[in-house]
Amino acid sequence: MIYFLGFLTLVFLVMAIVVIARMQSVLKGVQTDTEQDAPVPNNKINGAMWIVFLVLGTIGSVWSYHAVKDGFLPEASSIHGRRTDELFWFSMSLMCIAAFLVNFLLFFFSWKYQYRKGYKATFYADNHKLEIIWTAVPAVVMAILVVTGYSAWTDIMSDAPANAQVVEMMGKQFGWHARYGGSEDNKLGNYNYKLCDDNNQNPMGIDFSDEASFDDVMSTAELHVIKDRPVSLKIRARDVLHSVFIPHMRVKMDAVPGMPTKFWFTPDKSTDEMRAELGNPKFDYEIACTEVCGRGHFSMRLRLIVEDEASFKKWQSEQPTILANVLQTKPDYITRIPENLRAKAMKYAPAPAAADSTTAQTAGTATAAGASFR
Amino acid sequence: MSVVESNVMPDVHVHEVHEHHEEPNFWSKYIFSEDHKTIAKQYMITGIFWAIIGVAMSVVFRLQLGFPGINLSWLKPVLGKWITETGTLDPNFYLALVTMHGTIMVFFVLTAGLSGTFSNFLIPLQVGARDMASGFLNMLAFWFFMLSSVLMFVSLFLETGPAAGGWVVYPPLSALPQAHMGSEMGMTLWLLSMAFFIISSLLGGINYITTVVNLRTRGMTFSRLPLTIWAFFITAILGLISFPVLFSAALLLIFDRHFGTSFYLSEIYINGEALPNMGGSPILFQHLFWFLGHPEVYIVLLPALGMTSEIIATNARKPIFGYRAMIASLMGIAFLAFIVWAHHMFVTGMNPFLGSIFMFLTLIIAVPSAVKGFNYITTLWRGNIIFTPAMLFSIGLVSLFISGGVTGIILGNSALDIQLHDTYFVVAHFHIVMGAASAFGFFAGIYHWFPKMFGRMMNNTLGQIHYWCTFIGVYLIFFPMHYIGIAGFPRRYYQFTTYDFASSYTNLNMFVTVAAVLTFASQFIFLWNFFYSMFKGKTAPANPWGSNTLEWTTPLVPGHGNWVGEIPAVYRWPYDYSKPGAAQDFIPQTVPFSQTPESNLPHETAQIAEEKEMLDINLNDQFRAAH
Repeated sequence: MIYFLGFLTLVFLVMAIVVIARMQSVLKGVQTDTEQDAPVPNNKINGAMWIVFLVLGTIGSVWSYHAVKDGFLPEASSIHGRRTDELFWFSMSLMCIAAFLVNFLLFFFSWKYQYRKGYKATFYADNHKLEIIWTAVPAVVMAILVVTGYSAWTDIMSDAPANAQVVEMMGKQFGWHARYGGSEDNKLGNYNYKLCDDNNQNPMGIDFSDEASFDDVMSTAELHVIKDRPVSLKIRARDVLHSVFIPHMRVKMDAVPGMPTKFWFTPDKSTDEMRAELGNPKFDYEIACTEVCGRGHFSMRLRLIVEDEASFKKWQSEQPTILANVLQTKPDYITRIPENLRAKAMKYAPAPAAADSTTAQTAGTATAAGASFR
Repeated sequence: MSVVESNVMPDVHVHEVHEHHEEPNFWSKYIFSEDHKTIAKQYMITGIFWAIIGVAMSVVFRLQLGFPGINLSWLKPVLGKWITETGTLDPNFYLALVTMHGTIMVFFVLTAGLSGTFSNFLIPLQVGARDMASGFLNMLAFWFFMLSSVLMFVSLFLETGPAAGGWVVYPPLSALPQAHMGSEMGMTLWLLSMAFFIISSLLGGINYITTVVNLRTRGMTFSRLPLTIWAFFITAILGLISFPVLFSAALLLIFDRHFGTSFYLSEIYINGEALPNMGGSPILFQHLFWFLGHPEVYIVLLPALGMTSEIIATNARKPIFGYRAMIASLMGIAFLAFIVWAHHMFVTGMNPFLGSIFMFLTLIIAVPSAVKGFNYITTLWRGNIIFTPAMLFSIGLVSLFISGGVTGIILGNSALDIQLHDTYFVVAHFHIVMGAASAFGFFAGIYHWFPKMFGRMMNNTLGQIHYWCTFIGVYLIFFPMHYIGIAGFPRRYYQFTTYDFASSYTNLNMFVTVAAVLTFASQFIFLWNFFYSMFKGKTAPANPWGSNTLEWTTPLVPGHGNWVGEIPAVYRWPYDYSKPGAAQDFIPQTVPFSQTPESNLPHETAQIAEEKEMLDINLNDQFRAAH
């Protein structure tokens, strides 16, 4: 940001000097040769337009930047995000300076060397030294950007730390499902897309022949993560391409059917801290989809809650397990769980309050199960 | 026509034999013409037609973005049920509009319209050939394009709408009719249309390459070729190598859609049903698509850069600076174009190591591009610049090429692309550097070569007004989009109100929309000028811009065969402008060094001895006359 502001100041200064210095010669030029007949009409006006465009364009760019910069995202809330932001503004300042200088020369020369009667252009066909210079200079600048970009990229894309909180995110038309390993084994159980079943409360296709899946919990409205702890997102999609985009965290990774992807980051500002910082009690981190996925592409909002470990644990323990939901909707689902695991699975079955024919079967374990998810 | 009739040889044009050299009838003259100039005009008119449709579509969805929920019921007569009862734009059709805008502009306007028009028109005229290597293939190329156009046009009127998965048509969305209504018949027609389009591009490309390699006139060595021809030549090679890959991508997608294969499909559960497809990869499609898709942006841009090289040199009355460096940078860009495709895929879950390689290769492109930019600017330095509309558009192109190019360096950096990918920052970047810049090349080309096409002049003042409206308009539309992108607004969103982070900038979006509408409106200045001048314009002089290249040595409106009598020989490069010692500020390529002792450089005087020898060569004009 500082680079950018510095650059803007520089731009203003240069512009002011140039405009004042050149104004006189412009006026002089207009006065002296009025009867000049260029091969096409309005040559002088068009020549002057370049300077007008240059001046107004520069002022417009600088002014507009100041007018809109409050709408930019606040400082990144993740560690890598602040790094990429810094790199972005550094590169952006470099590029703005380059673009300004080169555009300046282009417009300035267009005005300066406009047609004058009787003048002959300079026959200047090549200069190897110049060519080498302006091949080498961009090459060096690019080398710097490649090196800085490369080191940031490899760090961001490295494997997640061992202590990372693992969350699975599944995109679908049109929403997200987040899954946590559960409060008992904290391990995500297997899944198989053929087991997906929206009517049976198993939209993520969890495979209950894997006992690690028994205590997994799912959330479709919010993603909860722990502050200051690396989060490892395991990302997949079940129908078409989606893309997990967390603007405030500078996180983006596609969700691809049949090819799980991943992204890890460390959020270090909780939702509450952000609310206080921005003075906006309604602030929420948001997750959006950035890969076109159909009619509802623009409406796949998911709230992201960053909180401390205690509140996360509390929230997680309040969520019903996926298995409990499945068994509640369809009690005879238990028959599809391998026999040796059934007893354990039954612990997650809901209380017999759900009055149906299979209640007798599950009554014995109902109380135990109730305890496990309350 | 007398020359034409007396020299026709029966082996060249079969239909003329049947007609015994009579005036070609309406069909063979204007419709199924094999004349490169007529075919060029066919491409141009079709391209302009598509441009109007494509840009109008963008205005419609810009209205929705600038004024969310705007009442568009006045469009009901055109869009019918795509305007809902409350007068808003249907979100499904919004996606269809975005998709069609991209497809139309990239392929039909900027590939066929730009490259098709000017490669066809200029290659034979500037290399000194009677026509393309194969007039028949050339005609076929246009009519395949026409077929493709008709299919795409028809798809706009389907009940389920045209394709709507973005112009990149990533599967599985585009492969599964149940995923989106645009993936039904609309997608089928899209794929068919693209298949024909690719055939057209290949036929055209083969012709361009063959003509440049084999049909150059005497003395037209590669080192004397105008940069336009170099650009068309390299563009054609790019297309020839990359378009077949898109063809294979489309073919496999057709298989997945209709024949139950699983090239791109795996583990999909949709609409309550688990599909049997296993083992495919949607990422494979993206690799294949972008293997064309990236060279495609250069297929679009290089012809524009070639034409502006020519126009800037002519109107600055100076040789293009660094002729060889310009060719080298064209080649460099073209080569690199093939090995950077995966920078469109940094966040697809591709191996991060691959990401770093592609970042490195991508940023290298900045080097030849910078060389081009600096060479243009040095060409202007100490020139004697005449602001014809073509010149204005060419300078504007250079400005857009720079301003849009620098943000490419940001996006090519994989670490920065994480945040910016698929946001409006990308939209701003490619619209400036590829869309607007190439469109400027198209305008520049039309203004510059209009006198050769129709024998009349376009109105300069109107052209200049058109230029400034367009130039300022393009910046007003796309410059603010960078801000919108930095704020994280994702692309292809029907509206932003769903999100808190994207609820700002309603004014900015409104501003962009207003700028877009005004810029679109100002294009009618061009359309009026173009069609009016075609019939009522001032008759053009033989060489209105004082240009060196061969096309200005033909009759005012060249007939079939281009030159009456022998094709002129070429003695020098095309950029002898303002040569010291010369009386005029330009020396056409057809003037031998022996006639200009006063201005010859030492190595050129040495070439005088070879001139006689060269005149005796007559490789590709056996009849020494138009035939």
